[in-house]
Amino acid sequence: MKLIIAIIQPSKLEEVKEELYRQEVNLITVSEVMGHGRQKGITEIYRGAKETGNLLRKIRLEIAVNEDFLEPTIKAIVKGAKTGETGDGKIFVLDLKECIRIRTEERGGVAIG
Amino acid sequence: MINSGDTAWVLISSALVLLMTPGLAFFYGGMVRKKNILSVLMQCFIIMCVLSLQWVLFGYSLSFAPNQGFWGGFNWVGLKNVGFTPYPDYAATIPHQAFMIFQAMFAIITPALIIGAFAERMKFSAFLLFTLLWATFVYDPLCHWVWGMGGWLRNLGALDFAGGTVVHINAGIAALVTALILGKRVNLDKNVPTPHNMPFVVLGTGLLWFGWFGFNAGSALAANGLAVNAFVVTNTAAAAAGLSWAFVEWIHNGKPTIFGVCSGAVAGLVAITPAAGFVSVIPAIIIGLLVSVFSFIAVTVIKPKLGYDDSLDAFGVHCVGGIWGALATGLFASKLVNPAGADGLFFGNPKQLIIQAAAVLVTIGYTFIVTLVIYKLVDLLIGVRVKKEEELIGLDLTQHHERAYTVLE
Repeated sequence: MKLIIAIIQPSKLEEVKEELYRQEVNLITVSEVMGHGRQKGITEIYRGAKETGNLLRKIRLEIAVNEDFLEPTIKAIVKGAKTGETGDGKIFVLDLKECIRIRTEERGGVAIG
Repeated sequence: MINSGDTAWVLISSALVLLMTPGLAFFYGGMVRKKNILSVLMQCFIIMCVLSLQWVLFGYSLSFAPNQGFWGGFNWVGLKNVGFTPYPDYAATIPHQAFMIFQAMFAIITPALIIGAFAERMKFSAFLLFTLLWATFVYDPLCHWVWGMGGWLRNLGALDFAGGTVVHINAGIAALVTALILGKRVNLDKNVPTPHNMPFVVLGTGLLWFGWFGFNAGSALAANGLAVNAFVVTNTAAAAAGLSWAFVEWIHNGKPTIFGVCSGAVAGLVAITPAAGFVSVIPAIIIGLLVSVFSFIAVTVIKPKLGYDDSLDAFGVHCVGGIWGALATGLFASKLVNPAGADGLFFGNPKQLIIQAAAVLVTIGYTFIVTLVIYKLVDLLIGVRVKKEEELIGLDLTQHHERAYTVLE
């Protein structure tokens, strides 16, 4: 089992979701986060006071998958989120030790999907 | 002789001017960081409470009771002798108490304007004491000099229709003084605090613009042609200034902003305030177009250069706009608009400009010194600034034990 954490552009969330549904990945957690990597933000100006290097709005996805879903999920995220510009985001893949469905208390791979 | 139309208009205008203070609360509240919005709303609302009482108890008497001296004196304390028959020297066709309550709203909003300078770092207890002392020892005497019977600036012939000197220059200078001696907010160099809720700024601007019709057109103290003139030039100057600020930004920064349009509209409303009962519509456009240029320079060039932290630009908008408005009155005033007024420079009377400039300088000098003294006194008694940790946590939690926005639910 793997846990995929992806940081993407807010404007790309809809496309990423569509690609994931196409791969039949239906279980995702989405949060709004702040951060930046190499991308410089859009300069904000308030009454002439310039505000650069600000943290940018990003979307963070968390998706737990069984091994056979790993590559299709990664491909779906890349397909939906990629523009080729800096700031497209990152995908992190972590080993997932355990997964428990609270309703049935099932454990492991069966509990993920 | 009481005129019911005049009385109705002044009562409605009083309500309109009262609404400006909550409007200002949102105008300022949107500009601060979200950890401080309640402190700003609280300061505005508590001023409505404190100064409403101060005014009926002794503020109105100190400001308006006829007297040649420093103050209006104590004859009208507790509204003694202030009844329902007109007091013709101020307003011949409305009950005296209607004039009193209209003026109360001005006494409320003026100290509220100063909040913009010390937002996000002043202790609430110190703010309360400062405000009460400032209203009593700065606003009330100045109000008497300019508007009260026996006031020496009034006798000098200074024109201030609705409060350019008394309200805006006065509050603006007090703002500068407090910003200078209170010092900058923590971490300001590393991080420019960005307004946390721009829609609140827009909402507040809308309420201010709406309320300002009471402020200026109500200052005619009658439902007549003069009130209509004030109404028309007020709207015109605000429109010209909002547009002008947007274009200055467009040229200077590449993009126009809603914050800029709001700032410009308020600056325009400030600038037309002293002139509203003395100028016609074309001068109003000129006053509006230019005030945004002056205020823009004040907040984007002069402020960073001098390095004072007037958090929300109370000085840059109100004092700069107020000075321009007071001087513009000396340029554009015309007896064709108001026979009880005077002609300005462009209508053949250069002396009026000098009188206007004198009134501006007196206001600046008096307010600067007395505000400084009051600030030092309050600092000595209870300390003005919050502790550094309190400032970092935010005033909502540390001064009031509440927060504006929850994270969960």
